[in-house]
Amino acid sequence: MASIEEKVKQIIVDKLGVDEAEVTSEASFQNDLGADSLDTVELIMEFEKEFDISIPDEQAENIQTVGQAVTYLEGSVDK
Amino acid sequence: MKRVVVTGIGALTAIGNSVPEYLEGLQSGKSGAKPITQFDPELFKTQFACEVTDWDPTHYLDKREIRRLDRYVIMAMYAAEEAMRMAGIKNEDGTTAFELNPDRAGAIVASGIGGLRSLEKEIEDFEGGSGTPRYNPFMIPRMIANMGAGHISMAYNLRGPSYATVSACASGGHALAAAADDIRLGRADLMVTGGAEAVVTKVGIGGFNSMKALSTRNDDMKTASRPYDADRDGFVLGEGAGILVIESLEHAQARGATILAEVAGYAASSDAYHISAPHPEGAGAKIAMENAMKYAGISPAEVDYINTHGTSTPLGDTAELKAIKLAFGEDVYNLNISSTKSMTGHLLGAAAAIESVACILAIQNSFIPPTINHFTDDPNIDPRLNLTFNKAENKTVDVALSNTFGFGGHNSATIFRRFKS
Repeated sequence: MASIEEKVKQIIVDKLGVDEAEVTSEASFQNDLGADSLDTVELIMEFEKEFDISIPDEQAENIQTVGQAVTYLEGSVDK
Repeated sequence: MKRVVVTGIGALTAIGNSVPEYLEGLQSGKSGAKPITQFDPELFKTQFACEVTDWDPTHYLDKREIRRLDRYVIMAMYAAEEAMRMAGIKNEDGTTAFELNPDRAGAIVASGIGGLRSLEKEIEDFEGGSGTPRYNPFMIPRMIANMGAGHISMAYNLRGPSYATVSACASGGHALAAAADDIRLGRADLMVTGGAEAVVTKVGIGGFNSMKALSTRNDDMKTASRPYDADRDGFVLGEGAGILVIESLEHAQARGATILAEVAGYAASSDAYHISAPHPEGAGAKIAMENAMKYAGISPAEVDYINTHGTSTPLGDTAELKAIKLAFGEDVYNLNISSTKSMTGHLLGAAAAIESVACILAIQNSFIPPTINHFTDDPNIDPRLNLTFNKAENKTVDVALSNTFGFGGHNSATIFRRFKS
């Protein structure tokens, strides 16, 4: 089974249309991967759907990079 | 007043995914009807449409961009790129060929309905979910009907007027009129105009089905769109886009552009009669044609070809022919009439746009596109009218008129003329 990190990266590749190599842990959705604020909202929704969780808005605002997403999800998703 | 000329055209239809393919389809009398692939139509009365197939949007557009867009917007942008290349604004490799003054160029591009598919999907997702509202942040920008114009203005950095017109199946005609006025009145040098529509969806087919507007000839779908035939039973839904690049004659000549045709005149009118039925005597449509000729300074005898609205509905086809006879008098017997919807289906808000392209192609290539699928004469239709049944005719076309009418009683008529300096 794919790890959380792998799944997160795949969602980002699909939704933002970027190369997998660009999706590094430090990469910022908006500064490095060409996302705008609407893309970021869509990514959060995709994470919620994929992992069957609900991410509160105040938490979502702190998820700006690939690494932050992986860390948050690893802490929230039942393994 | 400035003269308005066409320098680029783009077409995406069920009978051709580019202008050369569309021309070939019009000349050969191709039917675009095929089984619906975009959803399972098993339970629907109509199970076919004129869908655009074998089409690769990435030929012109960036994959990243496509995923943010509704199908109708993708279609608008695709046809716009073809038109901008033909106009010599873009090169064939997609680079800029001519630097427009952005403040003097705009985009008025219509859609009759907008991003219905995107709205439907979001409602279905919500209904199938837990009840917690989770709408995609791109739902609204995908759905709204002005986004063809919006995205085209962004793609080509056009900072003049940009918006959509909405008048149901006449939307594309009103867009062209508004864009041409911007040039005529000197407000812009160049405008991208036309329309796009993509509502081969459950709601689109189901909605028109319950109005009894669509043909249900599932067992012989290729011949279902049969305007003026005694056995016509409704229109066939089409999808696609038509785009025209229009500009002032001075602007086109100064940059050495090839002029395809002149936008000679146009007019709008209303039936003021019923939400969906046409005025039985064609009263509103007659006014649109008469005023378009008046503004163009063209007499009925000078018109060679009328591309009708002719959707293949029992009421609409005869009402339009009555209006044409009133507007043209005895001269009506000397011109050709045809409905290209017999081939493309009805593209709703994009109909006027692709039919304008058909008129321009008729002028350029000296032919009359046919009304295909004619089997049985309708006793209520004057047999002396030349409805160009079944086969294209070779004929010099100097002046062509395109009619489009929309639910709500909105009429628009546009006249294209061979360019002479």
